[in-house]
Amino acid sequence: MVLNEEYKPMKRLLSGNEAVARGAWEAGCSVASGYPGTPSTEILENFARYPHVYAEWAPNEKVGLDSAIGAAYAGKRSISTMKHVGLNVAADSLFYVAETGIEAGLVIVSADDPSMHSSQNEQDNRQYAKFARIPCFDPADSQEAKDFTIAAFDLSERFDTPVLLRLTTRVCHTSGPVEVFEQQQQLPEPGKYPRNIKKYVVIPANARQLHPVVEARVQDLAKYAETSPLNRVEWRDKKLGIITGGIAYQYAREVFPDASVLKLGMVYPIPEKLIKDFAAQMDAVIVLEELDPFIEDQVRAMGVTLFEPTTKPEFPLSKSVFPIFGELNPLIVRNAAKAAGLLNGEAEELPNALQVELPPRPPSLCPGCPHRSSFYVLNKLKIPVNGDIGCYTLGVAPPLNSIHTCGCMGASIGVAHGAAIAGDKERHVAVIGDSTFFHSGIQGLINVAYNRSNTITIIMDNRVTGMTGHQQNPGTGLTLQNRETIEVDIEAMVRACGITKVLTVEAYDVDVIEKTLKQWMKEDEPAVLITKEECALLPSARKQYLPLEVTDQCNGCTVCFRIGCPAILKSEELDPKYNRSLAEIDAALCTGCEICAQVCPRDAILFRDQVRAKQVN
Amino acid sequence: MIHFPKLNINTETLSILLVGVGGQGTILASNVLAELGLNLGYDVKKAEVHGMSQRGGSVISHLRWGETVYSPIIAQGQADIMIAFEKLEALRFIDQIRPGGFVVINDQEIVPVTVSTSDVVYPDDQTIREKIAEYTPNQYWVKGVAAAEALGNAKAANVVLLGAMSAMMGMDPEPWLDVISSRVPAKYLDLNQQAFYKGREAVES
Repeated sequence: MVLNEEYKPMKRLLSGNEAVARGAWEAGCSVASGYPGTPSTEILENFARYPHVYAEWAPNEKVGLDSAIGAAYAGKRSISTMKHVGLNVAADSLFYVAETGIEAGLVIVSADDPSMHSSQNEQDNRQYAKFARIPCFDPADSQEAKDFTIAAFDLSERFDTPVLLRLTTRVCHTSGPVEVFEQQQQLPEPGKYPRNIKKYVVIPANARQLHPVVEARVQDLAKYAETSPLNRVEWRDKKLGIITGGIAYQYAREVFPDASVLKLGMVYPIPEKLIKDFAAQMDAVIVLEELDPFIEDQVRAMGVTLFEPTTKPEFPLSKSVFPIFGELNPLIVRNAAKAAGLLNGEAEELPNALQVELPPRPPSLCPGCPHRSSFYVLNKLKIPVNGDIGCYTLGVAPPLNSIHTCGCMGASIGVAHGAAIAGDKERHVAVIGDSTFFHSGIQGLINVAYNRSNTITIIMDNRVTGMTGHQQNPGTGLTLQNRETIEVDIEAMVRACGITKVLTVEAYDVDVIEKTLKQWMKEDEPAVLITKEECALLPSARKQYLPLEVTDQCNGCTVCFRIGCPAILKSEELDPKYNRSLAEIDAALCTGCEICAQVCPRDAILFRDQVRAKQVN
Repeated sequence: MIHFPKLNINTETLSILLVGVGGQGTILASNVLAELGLNLGYDVKKAEVHGMSQRGGSVISHLRWGETVYSPIIAQGQADIMIAFEKLEALRFIDQIRPGGFVVINDQEIVPVTVSTSDVVYPDDQTIREKIAEYTPNQYWVKGVAAAEALGNAKAANVVLLGAMSAMMGMDPEPWLDVISSRVPAKYLDLNQQAFYKGREAVES
């Protein structure tokens, strides 16, 4: 990349996600489309703030990737970002663009989540690169996240291929010093839109021509990998050589400071000669990587002999030393190395486990969460619930206990429909949020309407994409770059799908939700209940907070405890008759949503109007 | 080599763990510490987890300073310093501290919802103190919320803790205040400076 020399780099603390955004901007990328998903979300949020760029949230990852592909076809450097499972949604598009190639650089970012901090699985998306025959970069820190993003755009154009930039949670959400440049790379204006039918129309006749091109490209990339600056050897002691990539490099350096390291920045395709030459000079060679034996399988397939441990790990498959699941850390790496006989000494003793039972603090629905009332009712009515991905997945937690399946984005309605067509004796309810409905829920609802199952769906419309931290979506009226736009009318959309029984209610209204569900359970047709109320953490909702109060009518009956609100505490005061803890409201947490006041059988919790009247007096 | 005479820490890499409850301001504190490390000329890594765990759950940030910092994660039992924004979380993560490590505890109780829905109780102060003492003799309790409330804004408790930590590490206030000043809105600058000094007094007295 050519830079004007007067622009001196400066060091700034950036997270891996901020660094990717910065790198994309410095590389002259001007179009970005993706869908929020931890740990990827902040990439687009940051990119959107740079000057002279276009950035958007698409309704789902596939639409996001198609949009970035379309922009790359049109000659603009483009980026599409998503979490690892998002690439499953976008996989169809990944495979066609791997065939067609692009006009201008296209980088696809997959943020993987080893240990599943916020995910339903820990799939290793390096496999997608091999599957689709495209290069995969795996940075180890923020500086590399930026550098590799820039290199990915260059490589994409040089080899006419999309590049998979694979991140992991610890790279995405670790901040470190990064050298930044102020100037955006100057790129020529794109030419006329290509009319290259043989390249861009993948009808079978053309696709058959393209497949050999793709295979040849992989071979060319493997040759490039031999001398690429992305891959480097750090020569130290030759007793042990470590082949590694991504975040695992950091653990290699921390645990084996004296070992030689072959660090692969590009983990697919990998450089055969470089690896064999490295291995030939070492007394023993190991591969250190998180999750799948992705590098290890490729290295073994080359015929390189790897170190054989004295004790195999519990789940060996073809991974010889380190665990196949979960995030690594220095302690896990050190202990695995000791168990394998690579380091001297017994496994380190951990500090003694705590000898006291602590109340767990799992994530839970926030005080004032508008989803709470529906889950309270679903639990009370003992209805089997097919859930979906979002904040409302937390309806699974005690005491609400009201989600019985949850698989992936958009699965709820289809799974509930499946129970109906299987003739399940119980009537099912599907629960899905606004953003997830736009993402991939709507097709399930079309199926319910078209094939006439009696599935009931609750669309919990909290007016924002909540779990990932308040992103705009097609229902909010704003775009990622804060432009005003349409608000998709969910009720009209549901009707247009062919559902005639539709009702929109206030999400806090426990009574209406309960009556409606009870009535609908007696009928035998598809129905959709839309519970609408903005997320209690939105700034506009915060302005409405008014903490409620418990009166001396409380006798400790515990009904309000069953809504699972963090603002309702067990008081130290006991009811004299029953010797039970009374309820107490934490004024610092209570928003005044009134769900507890509605369910209290003794009217012992004041409603907002009553609190206000009391304050006036 | 990083040397803190007051803590008797000599280390290649200083490892600081911040624990608390989602929404308590741990992010600001870890950002201040990361930038401070960078300003002092160290390599720095700061690791957090976002997303689901933030919804009222336990949160944890790893922060490391050194000549070159490799792993962003502090291995279990290796933290030199732990700052706990909430008492229960101090106890929950105490096995992350190295023997003889330093713990700063904000004297704040946020009762998890699991207490009202089960029979597990929130441990009393004496239990917390005794259990922590099994891991390290060095625990400092700071009335962060009370100090911040006395200044008129309970939210400044996180800066009270930073002040306490600066004194505990035997460091001058200026480099800390430089970073804090650059990160808080101008109208809260005075409040945050006072909060920082309140924290220093809590340790120095």
